[in-house]
Amino acid sequence: MPQNEVVQDLGLDQYKYHFITEDEPVFRSGRGLNERVVREISAQKEEPAWMLDFRLRALAIYNAKPMPTWGGDLSNLEAVLDQIHFYVRPQEKMERSWDDVPVNIKDTFERLGIPEAEQKVLAGVGAQYESEMVYHSLKEEWESEGVIFDSIEDGLRNHPELFREHFGTVIPSADNKFSAMNSAVWSGGSFVYIPKGVELRTPLQAYFRVNQEQMGQFERTLIIADEGSKAHYIEGCTAPVYSTESFHSGVIEIVVKGGAHFRYTTIQNWSNNMYNLVTQRARVHENATMEWLDGNLGSKLTMKYPSCFLVGEGAHGSILSIAYAGNGQHQDTGGKVVHAAPNTSSQIVSKSISKGTGRSTYRGLCKVYEGSRHARSNVECDALLINDTSRTDTYPYIEIEEQEATVGHEATVSKVGEEQLFYLMSRGLSEDEAMALIVRGFIEPIAKLLPLEYAVELNRLIELEMEGSVG
Amino acid sequence: MSKAPILSLRGLCAKVVDEDVEILHGVDLELIPGEVHALMGPNGSGKSTLAKVLAGHPGYEATAGSVEYDGEDILDLEPDERARLGVFLAFQYPVEIPGVSIANFLRTAMQARLEEEEELDLFDFQDELLERMDLLDIDPSFAERPVNDGFSGGEKKRNEILQMAVLRPRLAVMDETDSGLDIDALQVVAGGVKTLSAEDPEMTVLVITHYQRLLNYLRPDHVHVMVDGRIVRSGGAALAENLEAEGYEQFRASES
Repeated sequence: MPQNEVVQDLGLDQYKYHFITEDEPVFRSGRGLNERVVREISAQKEEPAWMLDFRLRALAIYNAKPMPTWGGDLSNLEAVLDQIHFYVRPQEKMERSWDDVPVNIKDTFERLGIPEAEQKVLAGVGAQYESEMVYHSLKEEWESEGVIFDSIEDGLRNHPELFREHFGTVIPSADNKFSAMNSAVWSGGSFVYIPKGVELRTPLQAYFRVNQEQMGQFERTLIIADEGSKAHYIEGCTAPVYSTESFHSGVIEIVVKGGAHFRYTTIQNWSNNMYNLVTQRARVHENATMEWLDGNLGSKLTMKYPSCFLVGEGAHGSILSIAYAGNGQHQDTGGKVVHAAPNTSSQIVSKSISKGTGRSTYRGLCKVYEGSRHARSNVECDALLINDTSRTDTYPYIEIEEQEATVGHEATVSKVGEEQLFYLMSRGLSEDEAMALIVRGFIEPIAKLLPLEYAVELNRLIELEMEGSVG
Repeated sequence: MSKAPILSLRGLCAKVVDEDVEILHGVDLELIPGEVHALMGPNGSGKSTLAKVLAGHPGYEATAGSVEYDGEDILDLEPDERARLGVFLAFQYPVEIPGVSIANFLRTAMQARLEEEEELDLFDFQDELLERMDLLDIDPSFAERPVNDGFSGGEKKRNEILQMAVLRPRLAVMDETDSGLDIDALQVVAGGVKTLSAEDPEMTVLVITHYQRLLNYLRPDHVHVMVDGRIVRSGGAALAENLEAEGYEQFRASES
């Protein structure tokens, strides 16, 4: 496959180069997924026997489960999977040169207003020393309160009991084919523990921690927010992520114990050859609150439905998501809420934008088990279509076994209107600027909840995406 | 010494894109800087079409004639290019832009007027916006509301006038075709135009209205009557009063 060519013509598609890297990883598994690969991964990581067993059982489940056909088009995926390396241990030091980074990508980073040090990190040519220092000083502060924020591997190594008690309990390997795959080959990700009653004012940013590593294709994150704690975890960034592999399948498990409050924010922008199939779920106990704030951009196909299992009385779950599907992309996203206790409440707000031949799908489940008296759920999904060729679909699944429950669902589809564009243009905005402003207004209810620097980057990104969007 | 016109229409014909029926059949009109003109006429006479053609609405196309603004033909320019040259259209039905505050919208519009490398000074902009709101007696909190989203008729007009005050056009076309029914809206428009005209005597205004009532608040220098896509009579303010008394039928009759 030619690796250093422009895949598409305009806008963000300019970024979508593949990097050529000369460096040899320290260890690389063979292509495809089999028992030998799984054993190698476990051995490389010097894992305890129970984890190897866990991985091998997951592999068997993976092999037994058929490829799902209910969502996006996965018909080419088997061929992709046969070609990928399921485990690449990054080198201690990254040795790509900044000079090797294509000019267009540097230019795009400039236009996004990303500082040069950060650009180099994003391009995979260096670590950001400032952030390393920030991370270490924050880490000291957190550690003094008993907070653990480590790589998943260190979590398993250094906190074996806490780890084993929770690992795989929110998302069992058998949940779906890709959770089984991740369970077999996971590598990288975060392990977080917030002790009882601890409230963190500074968000935990995965960004600081993973800078020195490469983004894992099969990241696995386990977060435990103990009783009465409060924290915010931020993952990803709006700048595009480059990868030589075209498959990402993460598993994020979160346990929110009684009275705790946890928010997980993720914004990801994958290159447009990427299959991004992620399972992320929180188990929410009595009077606890879980909030997912999820932004999905880029990729060939994303299938991702953040979930809240409300298992304790008075638990609350909230899922707010933004999806952007550009030319040739399919964002199949939404959320799942399961009410399994009385007085639980949930909210799903999903906003999608489809441009060109992009397609966005809202797929959501609201399930209320019998006995979840006075459960309340509200779902709102809004789709914005930029062009006549753009497409959107809505699949809301509602299963209610309890009589005394209130469930609402509202969906809107709108197309950017000629009158809206004309109105803005008659004030001096170019067509692209007008389009970007309309799109920003559309996502504003969710974007305003983002940390400021993310909101700013997201706005710039939308401006770039809207270039040449009309006509 | 007469000044050169800011706007000059010669034989302007126009129609809706993709339709064959011509709406404007040769409009001639000349506006000298600083003048206030009123364009009146019955429903369906082509007044709003003229406003849209002047601003460059993509749904309309000029089929003959010319529109010269400041000596240049602007028919080939996009709406945003015309706006940046100083043409402003106050909409009859301003459009809602949910999630975008008026302040943010105006900031984007002001930025769009600068050269590509230039950055709008946000502090200067904020001061300017507050000053303009103060001039028009608009509460500062108004600018934080999303553009026209859930606005009353009067609030929408207030927003149009505020935009006009900030963008400082050289030519303002006010499409007030139906707003004669809403007294609040009417007073906002008339009051705003008076205030801004007093401040900038060179600003030229073309007010389009169906009812004479608006002209009770705003004394135009010239009144034009449009019937069936043509200007059939031009005169002073007294013409509007005559119309109120006699109606438009007299012109239809004289035409045939």
